[in-house]
Amino acid sequence: MYEETPKAIKSIQFGLMNPEEYREMSATKVITADTYDDDGFPIDMGLMDPRLGVIDPGLECRTCGKHSGSCNGHFGHIELAAPVIHVGFTKLIRRLLRGTCRNCSKLLLTEAEREEFTGDLERTRELDGELNEVTKAAIRQARKAEICPHCGEEQFEINHEKPTTYYEVQEVLTGDYSERMAVAMQPTEEDDTAITPPELAEETGMDLSRINQILSGEFRPAEDQRNAIERALDVDLTEEDMNKLMPSDIRDWFEAIPDEDVRVLGIDAESSRPEWMILTVLPVPPVTARPSITLDNGQRSEDDLTHKLVDIIRINQRFMENREAGAPQLIIEDLWELLQYHVTTFMDNEISGTPPARHRSGRPLKTLSQRLKGKDGRFRNSLSGKRVNFSARTVISPDPTVSLNEVGVRERVATEMTITMNVTERNLEDARRYVANGPNGHPGANYVRRPDGRRLKVTEKNCQALAGEGEADAAQVVDVGWEVNRHLVDGDIVIFNRQPSLHRMSIMAHEVVVMPYKTFRLNTTVCPPYNADFDGDEMNMHALQNEEARAEARVLMRVQEQILSPRFGENIIGAIQDHVSGTYLLTHGNPQFNETQALDLLRGTSIDTLPEPDGTDEDGEAYWTGRTIFSLLLPDDLDVEATSSAGDDVIIENGTLVQGTIDDATVGAFGGEIVDTIMKAHGPTRARVFINEVASLAMRSIMHFGFSLGIDNESIPEEASEQIDEVIENAYERVEELIRTYEAGEMESLPGRTVDETLEMKISQALGRARDSAGEIAEENFEEDNPAVIMAESGARGNLLNLTQMTACVGQQHVRGERINRGYEDRTLSHFKPHDLSADAHGFVENSYREGLEPREFFFHAMGGREGLVDTAVRTSKSGYLQRRLINALSELEAQYDGTVRDTNDRVVQFEFGEDSTSPVRVSSSVDHDIDVDGIVDRVLDTEFDDDADLEAFLDERTRPTNLSEYADRRDPAAGGTITATGAPSAEAVEVDDD
Amino acid sequence: MTKTNIDTFGVSDGVQSVVEDSGLPPRLRERIYRSIGERDADTDADAVERVVRRVEAEYEDNRVEPLEPVGTVSAQSIGEPGTQMTMNTFHYAGVAEIDVTQGLPRLIELVDARKTPDTPTMKVYLEEEYATEREKAHEVIWKIEATRILALGDVSTNVADMRVQIDLNEDTLQQRDITPSEIAEIIEGAMGVDTVHTGNRVEFGPDQPSYRDLLQLVEELREIVFKGLEDISRVVVRKEETDRGEEFVLHTEGSDFGSVLEIEGVDATRSKTNNIHEVYEELGIEAAREAIIEEMMHTLEEQGLDDVNVRHLMLVADIMTSRGEIESIGRHGIAGSKQSVLARAAYEVTVNHLLDAAIHGEVDDLNGVIENVIVGKPIKLGTGDVDLRMGSIGGSAD
Repeated sequence: MYEETPKAIKSIQFGLMNPEEYREMSATKVITADTYDDDGFPIDMGLMDPRLGVIDPGLECRTCGKHSGSCNGHFGHIELAAPVIHVGFTKLIRRLLRGTCRNCSKLLLTEAEREEFTGDLERTRELDGELNEVTKAAIRQARKAEICPHCGEEQFEINHEKPTTYYEVQEVLTGDYSERMAVAMQPTEEDDTAITPPELAEETGMDLSRINQILSGEFRPAEDQRNAIERALDVDLTEEDMNKLMPSDIRDWFEAIPDEDVRVLGIDAESSRPEWMILTVLPVPPVTARPSITLDNGQRSEDDLTHKLVDIIRINQRFMENREAGAPQLIIEDLWELLQYHVTTFMDNEISGTPPARHRSGRPLKTLSQRLKGKDGRFRNSLSGKRVNFSARTVISPDPTVSLNEVGVRERVATEMTITMNVTERNLEDARRYVANGPNGHPGANYVRRPDGRRLKVTEKNCQALAGEGEADAAQVVDVGWEVNRHLVDGDIVIFNRQPSLHRMSIMAHEVVVMPYKTFRLNTTVCPPYNADFDGDEMNMHALQNEEARAEARVLMRVQEQILSPRFGENIIGAIQDHVSGTYLLTHGNPQFNETQALDLLRGTSIDTLPEPDGTDEDGEAYWTGRTIFSLLLPDDLDVEATSSAGDDVIIENGTLVQGTIDDATVGAFGGEIVDTIMKAHGPTRARVFINEVASLAMRSIMHFGFSLGIDNESIPEEASEQIDEVIENAYERVEELIRTYEAGEMESLPGRTVDETLEMKISQALGRARDSAGEIAEENFEEDNPAVIMAESGARGNLLNLTQMTACVGQQHVRGERINRGYEDRTLSHFKPHDLSADAHGFVENSYREGLEPREFFFHAMGGREGLVDTAVRTSKSGYLQRRLINALSELEAQYDGTVRDTNDRVVQFEFGEDSTSPVRVSSSVDHDIDVDGIVDRVLDTEFDDDADLEAFLDERTRPTNLSEYADRRDPAAGGTITATGAPSAEAVEVDDD
Repeated sequence: MTKTNIDTFGVSDGVQSVVEDSGLPPRLRERIYRSIGERDADTDADAVERVVRRVEAEYEDNRVEPLEPVGTVSAQSIGEPGTQMTMNTFHYAGVAEIDVTQGLPRLIELVDARKTPDTPTMKVYLEEEYATEREKAHEVIWKIEATRILALGDVSTNVADMRVQIDLNEDTLQQRDITPSEIAEIIEGAMGVDTVHTGNRVEFGPDQPSYRDLLQLVEELREIVFKGLEDISRVVVRKEETDRGEEFVLHTEGSDFGSVLEIEGVDATRSKTNNIHEVYEELGIEAAREAIIEEMMHTLEEQGLDDVNVRHLMLVADIMTSRGEIESIGRHGIAGSKQSVLARAAYEVTVNHLLDAAIHGEVDDLNGVIENVIVGKPIKLGTGDVDLRMGSIGGSAD
């Protein structure tokens, strides 16, 4: 059965809710604080009332009749005994109290001022500015008015005591008014005439008896009387009084604010009347939003929100009872405050200055705003982050035999994860075959969906019948219009991902190859874009569920489409580590191979015939050189000139390697010149074939030569060791000398540095030089075929510094970019004298890793190493946040057909992307010009074109053959487009059968 | 492009008319002219046509794809290398004397658009006559570097007489072009005390004899800037190789760009500061954009990440400046000023954004990316921004 027609949300309106609306939408009024009765049934009009929705499976919702899972739940409501303030709006309430009249509730602005602010508001709204700024300015202006411009009422200062108490600071009659009057009526130094009561009576126009009563303290003068007396006696009879504004007072006050005035403050009167900020009715969230869980012992454990609601209802009940019983004002006020506290913490339990409501265990409750906030809140965790079906995760391991476009998937995953196929006349046969295999046979099916929307599970029992084999009910046979959820098979496209997904190459589409064993298998050349290794890394796979998604993944997301990185515009996929060592061995010194060897080297590639031999050796046997063999992989018309990592010039002419060593700089990931050129000139398919074949050839090559690194490879002759010791000894002497100069006060400081700093710099330099020359001595003593040297030179792994540290001298350790100088007072370790500035005492490690470190050296080394670890930890969090902010700020930007860059509201950010509309993917960031105009002119003017077709091909935009499936090509090379070199016909890929 | 400009390449009118007819942008046309002009100014029209076609083809091929989500790509291209940067504040490359924040902290600082950087610094170029002579360069330095009393002489307190005594150094005074009477005047003006100066000695004391006041005066005295700019604590001169040959360049610790540009001898056209807000105030928003790009690129280069395409940095700089003032990337800037309530709520300070939206009766039209992720609709970017309709090839629309 299909669900209701899905509705697309067009827009979302925000606003406050009218209490009437709360009552209307409420499924029930909640009056009982209890949840379940003794028999375990929910109490009517209690917090778990069945009309609020169902959470227990099998029960029916008393409001909508649906069952748990399909009923979203329904709100209830609590009638609050007295209004309370909504904590979220305390600042706005304060502002409104200060900006409106205490008598007529109108905004304390003159007509002209109102006009002005309305205009301001409109403009800011148009300009997308901060509305609150205008509101604040308007209130600031309104606060200046001491008397209401509309009704003339005197205004008082409003004090706000956080979080939810407001006071009106009023001038009221003091308790000692009679004494003050008496003092004022006595003669003073300046004015020696006393005022008698009759005089006062005459002046104020009051009865003499009343005056006497006042003077004796028997009668409290009313306000006008007080004013008259004050005027007559020139005395102040008032004191400041904090008159607490109860929420009900505030509500009354706000109710009278006219809509027009509310609008001036940027508040939308239709959707949000200010009095709605004072709650009289509290909505009760549906039970589905606060499900209770049953513990193992059968006890129910309620959600935090339910606990809070229980508190609210209890207090509410007590409040009402007390009020009805006519309890004293003091008790009522206390209860009111308590109710306010509970409603406050119900909405936000992290208000500063208010103790958070706690669970019995002492844990603060997670109430409404805590549910929304932060990384684990509703917004970031549940709404922005979605959970999906059809995904798998497991450990990855390398497999040099799969293409870089492919991923090896274990059968167990392939049978669990399915792809939805819509059955048509054209694939009916296939669909039935999948279904017939059942859920356990490999290319089988797990579910089918009939045209009426019913979903059927395919089981061992019904699979034959569903596929129309044997005795089958015609209506129950998979046919056109059905959907079949079939297993993954070879050639299916899936999305593959490794976290952290820092760039778009962290999520790429691969073609499935179903394999035995338990891991996902990856070609090692795709490690750089994912930043993956195989020390236990896990990756995720997602099966795509509709044709659009699959087509998009094939065209845009396949690994071969992502060979170029948009960060620097060169290839990010290419040979790595042993591949580089392999090509280096193959081409460095251009070794010779006989026919068997040459064919063995090429057996992983599509090359099956050798060219003419390069010559014959002394035994008369034909040989092929490493360069010739490498050249076989290159496109025929390739011309490249580059410099290798080893430093020699690499020249490729017409697809032949003429000179040079092939290593990281030419075929490596991160900008290998040949890979980059093939990708840009011949397209992704050719580049994929090339990378696959280079990797394959390199593996054969490194196996041919053999390659291993052991501890003996880091040893150097005795003489060299002595030389190194001497160098270090000299450095020590130099340091001693520097210290002596310093201590004698003869050291001259460098410009802008103190003498101490100068000394440190000079010592560091001396020791640095010592390490370098030790390294050089070690280097001189290495054979050229030392594997560590090969790796460093070819760029496969490691560098000469690593080698130096292993063989000669580890060198100075640093903390905070300085020699180690922390630990004890004036010294690093208790082994040294205070103020010892020598190399030893500040973390110079003179041994090599192979020789082993002294305990002190080891300790200093650990100090330096620890800093590195801390740095990494801090950096990941900092850069993660930077990335999040950048993405958040830029995520809406899109290049348009007219070349501009706009956000999703059509605001132009750039008139032309990057000032020249050049794609950062296609053009390396290291080149000055996107197009080689000179080269084109040269070619047009100098080259003779064979025929017009050739010329046209050169002139026109290169339209490349679309290649959508490596798997399909391999099965039927004729259909696979124009490329002659198809994927490697390796053992695993050939025999895959659907039936 | 103007006619005179073309003429400088010396190409024939025939060549010109073919090239001008193409849909190429001026920068490419100019390069075709230059390239052809260098080889053979009278290349026949056919060949020129071929060149133009090929260049056009490559130009089209290299353009950004319409509907490409360039923003996200740029953000990733800057954020991803962030994981490879150091947290350390290391020394400035060429100038070992001045420490400058580098690496990830500096990148964060730029993106935050902080009012003042952690380590403000300027690179001040000098006008020709000042740039070649060390003496003249120093004249400028004394106008820039803040001169406080300790640089001019020794300060001592005479407790017996309750006086502060300054013994000025004759040479430094001359060097920095200031006289004892000027110093006395500045002290009087700044501290409101009466000074007595005889020769190179300036003396003053508190109104009432009080030991505390006396020490207080000394403290105050140290803070007074007699010459130069208050914010600039140190200036270092270096001889550097520039396009004008070898010249003296000043590097400062502290930045006060506006004041420095006014100083005589300073080449205002080339001097720089690393404080983008000062650039904005003095030179305007376009200069600030340029400064952001340059500073970011510089920071990346320092870390060996010079391969990041400038176009990504341009986009970041553009979005930070496109409203006419510098906006930070984050809660107080771009992310906080988004139109969509949901987008803002999903970023930071969730609850406040929702409450404010309620008060203002805001409507979220769900145009952006984050909102549509939240409500579960396709995003209007890339392939989500195109609709395909079934149709037939060639036939008319009915």
